[in-house]
Amino acid sequence: MIEAKNLSKSFGKQLIFKDLNFKIHAGDFISLIGPNGSGKTTLVKIMMGLEKKTSGELKIDKQTIGYVPQFRNIDIDYPLDIEQFVRLNLKFTLSPTKRRHDNAIIEEILEKTKLTELKNRPLGLASGGEKQKAYLAQALLNDPKILILDESTASLDVEVKMQLMDLVEELNHKYNLTVIFITHDYELTKKYTSRALFFKHKTMEEVNVSDVSEDMFDMGG
Amino acid sequence: MFEYEFMREAFIASTFIAITAGLVGVFVVSRNMSFLSHTLSEIGFAGAAFGILVGISPLAGMILFTLVSSVAVGSLSSESSRREASISAISSLFIGLGILFLSLSSESSSYATNILFGSIVGISSKEVNQLMILALFVIFVFIIFYKPLSFDSFDHIGARAAGLKTRLLSIAFLVTLALSVSIGAQIVGSLLVFVLLTLPGATAKYVVHTVPKLIMVSVGLSLAGVWLGLYLAFITNWPVTFFISSFEVIAYFLGLSYKNWKLNH
Repeated sequence: MIEAKNLSKSFGKQLIFKDLNFKIHAGDFISLIGPNGSGKTTLVKIMMGLEKKTSGELKIDKQTIGYVPQFRNIDIDYPLDIEQFVRLNLKFTLSPTKRRHDNAIIEEILEKTKLTELKNRPLGLASGGEKQKAYLAQALLNDPKILILDESTASLDVEVKMQLMDLVEELNHKYNLTVIFITHDYELTKKYTSRALFFKHKTMEEVNVSDVSEDMFDMGG
Repeated sequence: MFEYEFMREAFIASTFIAITAGLVGVFVVSRNMSFLSHTLSEIGFAGAAFGILVGISPLAGMILFTLVSSVAVGSLSSESSRREASISAISSLFIGLGILFLSLSSESSSYATNILFGSIVGISSKEVNQLMILALFVIFVFIIFYKPLSFDSFDHIGARAAGLKTRLLSIAFLVTLALSVSIGAQIVGSLLVFVLLTLPGATAKYVVHTVPKLIMVSVGLSLAGVWLGLYLAFITNWPVTFFISSFEVIAYFLGLSYKNWKLNH
């Protein structure tokens, strides 16, 4: 589903990574780990077509990626409610049939992400975990086959983190959704993912989750 | 009061101004561009003064200056702290230029106060037609870009992640903002046009929580403000801008109190 061969990226003269080789299959739940600035987000951006690779090959279907970005500016005065926030990702339509279809999809996504009860709450007043669920719901709207979570759990407390990841795991199992999880969290990597792509020294190695060790997270990350 | 032609013209013009400003204002607020809209009105003042100096209409001068500078400011820097500083630098320069253009031109100082503070008597039917065309153009652009512009304005990061061309949207928005400033300044004056471009939108977000409702409330408040302002200005002979800004400020604080009250109940 995603295959990289000798994939390299530089910004000008600065090398970010070189010769990445990996395969990600449908239904995989993998993590991208390694220090800050080692190229995890850059790789994801290349996957999404927001950055260009410098050399090598990357095979991927770009249409089907849902991305939950790292930062978002949602302050307490943010006006839209959760349902409206999720709806932002819908395409414009005048057709009543398409509208009904869209409404049904929104209901379904809110149900999937356990937001139905909270859909009328202004997002600015939602808790950290509820906000992350709303971001997730928005990313799932166009029925992606691949979901990329960019440090989505970073600012959450342990219990909420687990709830969110349980939800993602459920989607992964039920719908065979491929999940790529960028993280600095050792526990979550161990608990939820099956493989890790470990970025270090301008390259990357694939590690089985049983071989992931805590010191892989200590490199300035 | 509708037996006077100038009042009829002023009402028609204000209605279009209020609809445009209320609509654009929702997005000005959600994109955190209140400060930029303030600066654009000052730039508009310089543009109008320039228009008078070189013998084109003040409206044309305004559109020229605000269009060029909005696109320039928009592409100047995406880093918000630097943008704030550059915007205030640019704004000072343009106020200075506006004053210079006015003093070089032979128009009387009452003309300057009209540009700055607005006027309900200064508007001809030809100008009303121009305003209507410009307003309809702005509304048309918003209908075309409604969905992607909402996404980008209410969730810029999500919109980028979804692959939207946010730069193009930003330029389209700045163009409509520049036009709205130029249109609005004709009645409320360039000094206070940003009142209509920011306060109704800011008030709306305290009371409603969907994009269509935000637009409805913002346009509603904007219309109520200008209509009431024109009526009170007519019967008291006080400046229309005073009434409009007072109304919008009171509505804003009522909205804010409503939100706080709701939070505690």
